[in-house]
Amino acid sequence: MIPLSWYLIFAALLFCVGLFGVMARRNAVAVLMSIELMLNAVNVNLLAFWRYLYPDVQAQIFVVIVLAAAAAEAVIGLALIISVYRRRKTVFADDLTLLKG
Amino acid sequence: MDILVWFIPLPPLLAFFAIVLYSNPRKALSHSIAIGGALLSWLMGMIVFIAAITRPDLRAHPIGSVINWLPVANGWFQIGVRIDPLSAVVLFFVVWTVLGIFLYSVGYQNFGQPAGEHDHPGLPPEGAAIRVRKGLTHHVMSIEPLYSRFFALISLFAFAMLLLVVSDNLLTLYIGWEIMGFCSYALIGFWYGKKSARDAAIKAFLTTRVGDMFLFIGLIALYVQTGSLSYAGSLESSAALAKLAAPAGFLGLTWAGLIGILIFIGVVGKSAQFPLHVWLPDAMEGPTPVSAMIHAATMVSAGVYLAIRIFPLVTLGWQQGAPITAAMTVMAAIGTFTALFAASIAVTQNDIKRVLAYSTISQLGFMIAALGVGAYVAAVFHLMTHAFFKGLLFLGSGSVIHGMEHGAMHAQGDQPAEGHPTGEHVDPQDMFNMGGLKDRMPITFWTFLAGGMALSGLPLVTAGFWSKDEILAGAFNGNHLLIFIVLAISALLTAFYTMRQITLTFLGQPRTEAARHAQENTRTMTIPLIVLAVFAVAAGWVGIPRSFPGLGAISSNPLESFVGTMIPAWLEGHADVAGSSIPLLTSLLVSLLGLYVGYMVYRKVDAGAEDPLRRPLGAWYAWAQNRYGIDALYHTLFVRPAVWLSEVFTYQILDKKIIDGILEGIARGTLGLGSLMRRFIDVALVNRAGDLTGSGVRGLGGEMRKAQTGKVQQYMLLAVLLTVLVGAVLFFILVRA
Repeated sequence: MIPLSWYLIFAALLFCVGLFGVMARRNAVAVLMSIELMLNAVNVNLLAFWRYLYPDVQAQIFVVIVLAAAAAEAVIGLALIISVYRRRKTVFADDLTLLKG
Repeated sequence: MDILVWFIPLPPLLAFFAIVLYSNPRKALSHSIAIGGALLSWLMGMIVFIAAITRPDLRAHPIGSVINWLPVANGWFQIGVRIDPLSAVVLFFVVWTVLGIFLYSVGYQNFGQPAGEHDHPGLPPEGAAIRVRKGLTHHVMSIEPLYSRFFALISLFAFAMLLLVVSDNLLTLYIGWEIMGFCSYALIGFWYGKKSARDAAIKAFLTTRVGDMFLFIGLIALYVQTGSLSYAGSLESSAALAKLAAPAGFLGLTWAGLIGILIFIGVVGKSAQFPLHVWLPDAMEGPTPVSAMIHAATMVSAGVYLAIRIFPLVTLGWQQGAPITAAMTVMAAIGTFTALFAASIAVTQNDIKRVLAYSTISQLGFMIAALGVGAYVAAVFHLMTHAFFKGLLFLGSGSVIHGMEHGAMHAQGDQPAEGHPTGEHVDPQDMFNMGGLKDRMPITFWTFLAGGMALSGLPLVTAGFWSKDEILAGAFNGNHLLIFIVLAISALLTAFYTMRQITLTFLGQPRTEAARHAQENTRTMTIPLIVLAVFAVAAGWVGIPRSFPGLGAISSNPLESFVGTMIPAWLEGHADVAGSSIPLLTSLLVSLLGLYVGYMVYRKVDAGAEDPLRRPLGAWYAWAQNRYGIDALYHTLFVRPAVWLSEVFTYQILDKKIIDGILEGIARGTLGLGSLMRRFIDVALVNRAGDLTGSGVRGLGGEMRKAQTGKVQQYMLLAVLLTVLVGAVLFFILVRA
């Protein structure tokens, strides 16, 4: 059986990939996708801990809630991005500096 | 009856308040109230007068009563009313002349005429244009803009005079006296838009004020000496007179003489005697009824009335036939001099009212001189007859002026509606612009003639003859030959200037278009003239002396027996000194001679001609016409220094330089201190601290805003780095330590 640590390492890598994508990608759609990656890395962690440490707890319910939240988040995020694009003709995060002081 | 006397002065006072407070906008109501008040006073006055002359021994039991008025140290100061023979006579002519003048004012102030479109309050009405045909207007007289105000003021004036007459003491007399001073001020300056009227008003007020100060001092001295101001208590009681006979220690006068002279100076101011006479001619600036009021019914008569009242003071210690006292000498000298002096000015005046003004001064001089020589009854007699004929003459001259103004407007004929009326401008008061008014204004002429004859003393028929004859007789019988001669010359001049006036005004040919078109006035103006003319002639018959040849036999001389009771006890028993016929012949001669010469000199004066007297009299004529330079002298002596004191010294030096200098110095010091405080405390410390706080925060914010790039990913990076950092620190602190 594959040891727990592998799952954890995998989830950490996946999270880092997402984090890098959030911070480094210029396209807002890609940033949104990277956020999905980070959420899924957390999901992997949740599932791994349930399977190896607390098999008798009905823990999948958390994963389902996270997935639902992620879906809702993606819906709003994409809608915002489309709206921004319609006004500003761009989806580059660097160009969206309305909050600049 | 005793109570009724209290009410005699009241109706005009109530009329004054009623007009001022309620009926000012309604002109007809205003004059109705004023005349109604005068009529009531007249009625009560006549009732009291009749009661007075029918009461036996009025001297000892005068009509009147007293009330307690002011509590003083040892009892009450009492005031009251009293009608004795003297005040009965004065009351008689005052109510008659006042009523006549009130009625006359209705016509004189153009009641019933339209309002003039260019008239302003405070200026004489200029006349109104009435459209007669298309594009043509006719100018007529316009109503006085301040019609109601005029009636209010003359009502107050009449109240003051009546108060003065019915008073039984010198204090309420003085109150009436001062109210009259104010009224004369307000009425002489009635047309206050004219500078000359304003100046005349101030002049009248201030000149009489000079006299009033001395009068007041005299009253105080009298009160201090006798403890009373009532006639009975201070002037007629033997106890008071005994105190007053003591020497005052001033110029060798007795108290009576000193107080008499002080009060007499008040009379000099009010009755316009020599040194203080300057205000009366200028008082002609007021409307003519006011002049009549001042000259006949009120002001100047009040002065002489007071002089007659203080007769016991000035004659104290004098016996018939003895040399006259110091106070009497002063009165005789001033009166005699004024009589001649003013008469000689009157000869040279061209203004119809000014002639009469100087004539008044001169006639008042006669009265004062009569008192000075001890001719008590003659002074009262002349006061009464003068009030009638001088009131008549003033109203007559007003009628002439009014007719001339009317004539000047009528002479212009119909004018185009646009533009100002054309034609000559005629001074309607200059006698050289008149002439021939006899036919145009018959009623005015005949009544004026009656008044003029009374003034000049036309023998036998007129009142003035009898009263003036009495004065001359008094001077002659008292062996005051100088006074007698001077008064005789004055009487000659009086007859002369009166005839000059009548001839220039009414006889001959009209000298201007205005005179040619003059017109008789309305009935409200002519009826008072007729009434006063009757008195001007008939008032003399009550005083025909018994010693007069012929007429004396049928005359009981009621005035002498009535007023003569007022003569102080120590002078009694002299009354009918067997009169020489010299004064009688003299007054006959001077009167007829003056009238004849006056007529001969002036009967043929052409239009534009100068006074026929100018050439023969030369420089003296100009000097007299210029009032002997006295007005100019007073101007230099008193007015200019007063103006200098107020404008230059008080205003410019004292006020502007010294007081303003101190104030401005304090202000400047405070300003400097404030500016120092500002520079070194406010700006330097407080402002700097405040500014630094502000700019510091602002700079900090400027620095901080650089962090706000608006790039979400940078925020994120920062958040991650900080999380890592905080995590690492916590790890090291919590786990390793």
